[in-house]
Amino acid sequence: MTLAEILSSVFPRGHAVTVADGLVTGQGSLDGKPLHVIGVDGDTPLGVEGALALSAAVLDVVRTGDRAPILVAIDSDSQRMSRRDELLGLNECLAHLAKALLLADRLGHPTIGLIYGHSAAGAFIATALATRVLAALPGANPSVMDLPSVARVTKLPLEKLQEMAKSTPVFAPGLDNMVATGAVHVVLDAEKPLDGQVRELIAALPASDTRDTLGEERGGRPVAREIAERVQRQARGG
Amino acid sequence: MRIVTDPGSQSWYEASARQRVAGLVDEDSFEEFLGPAERAMSPHLPLFDLPRAFDDGIVVGRAKLDGRPVLVAAQEGRFMGGAFGEIHGGKLVGLLRAAITAKPAAVLILFDTGGVRLQEANAGETAIAETMRAIADARTAGIPVIGLIGGRAGCYGGGGLIAGTCSRLAVSEQGRISVSGPEVIETNKGAEEFDSRDRALVWRTMGGKHRRLTGGADAYCADTVAAFREAAIRLIGTAPAFDLAMLEAEQARLEARVKRFGDCRDATEIWARLGVNDPDAVPAMTDAAFAETVASVTEASHDAR
Repeated sequence: MTLAEILSSVFPRGHAVTVADGLVTGQGSLDGKPLHVIGVDGDTPLGVEGALALSAAVLDVVRTGDRAPILVAIDSDSQRMSRRDELLGLNECLAHLAKALLLADRLGHPTIGLIYGHSAAGAFIATALATRVLAALPGANPSVMDLPSVARVTKLPLEKLQEMAKSTPVFAPGLDNMVATGAVHVVLDAEKPLDGQVRELIAALPASDTRDTLGEERGGRPVAREIAERVQRQARGG
Repeated sequence: MRIVTDPGSQSWYEASARQRVAGLVDEDSFEEFLGPAERAMSPHLPLFDLPRAFDDGIVVGRAKLDGRPVLVAAQEGRFMGGAFGEIHGGKLVGLLRAAITAKPAAVLILFDTGGVRLQEANAGETAIAETMRAIADARTAGIPVIGLIGGRAGCYGGGGLIAGTCSRLAVSEQGRISVSGPEVIETNKGAEEFDSRDRALVWRTMGGKHRRLTGGADAYCADTVAAFREAAIRLIGTAPAFDLAMLEAEQARLEARVKRFGDCRDATEIWARLGVNDPDAVPAMTDAAFAETVASVTEASHDAR
């Protein structure tokens, strides 16, 4: 689905969401209440300016105090890879955006991620993965690194990696694997109106971070939950 | 071989994760959780015919720092570049979650990481997101999270994002903080954009001195375990709150930086605009001279993190 199709399905009565330089900001109305939108469209890489524009929009929402949800719609590239971005502290800017989303959620603005295209690496962490609940649309393609690059770094033949990817969700790119690790909570039905599906997500927000439990149940991250639990148990004892 | 009698005088850069922890906290106070004896090893690395580590490249536990209880995590840059795998990440996430009930004086994260472990990429990436959320929870509960950066592997990829989520950061000259590493930029954009073999360029662009001068880190340490200990103790007492006012201040701080230095091609141009008298002398400056330079730069110190 394109962003325009998504927005018309979430906001059948219209909206005031705009896209500039691949950055999405604005709001619409869901059940007579505001639903804020930020995001990245068109496979755009996220650099220092983009991250700060989105964080400014999130902080504007928090300042209103309307406690309305924020939809984070993502079809991005990875972080913008450049000498200039790193010189200017891209790590601080991306972390700042993630912190703004995490704070908004704590202050009563439920954050709902919606990945409908690509996203990768630092851009994925700073946006969709910094929300309370992350949904995806069929055809979305989140990844950490594409398989040819993984082959280059791990020095393994691409054919072997492609074969391994069929049975090992922990390293391979793609939506199914991100669902299996628990990073993506749910895949929405593109054939049904999205307003109802977003409403259901907001009504059933997980109270805590359940991603490692989902990863264990789905088999994509078999041990992370248990490891974190064992560390917590030992920290409580003695 | 030289016998090091005082663990504090040891080089942070050269030390292992365990040596750093031992010298950082009060003597013999460290108690490890899920230590090597428990053999919590990666279930995935054997698929790639790669060796495993009994601790999966991270040491976590509790200790005393200057008499106060702290939780500590230390990444081992010499195992898989300190990268985040499933168990590695799970240990850090568990430690941060434990902070909510244990209520330590601080959580210390000794970064030494190239980012996500590609053989376990999806697990590593998700663990980084979980870590950042757990840090936000700990900070909201009033627990400072202090990052210490000066290891061989630097602090790259998702590690850089986690660092940016901490309350305070201490860095040494050798500490590098960035999202895309030099090799990643060169591979994707070419050597004209970033020549990863130009070590001086790497230090200037993402090294400890540049981060400290521009306010990307809050303390600059000599490369010794003792210096990091002293910085950690000091930074705990200055941790900013995690609230709207802090994030508004950080928004203004970062916007001002991009506006003021956005047209700079090299770090030396930024340092000149910050008022550093002889920017070309910064890389070779002694720690003492650099401390004086930092003290004269107002942008270096702030509560907006």
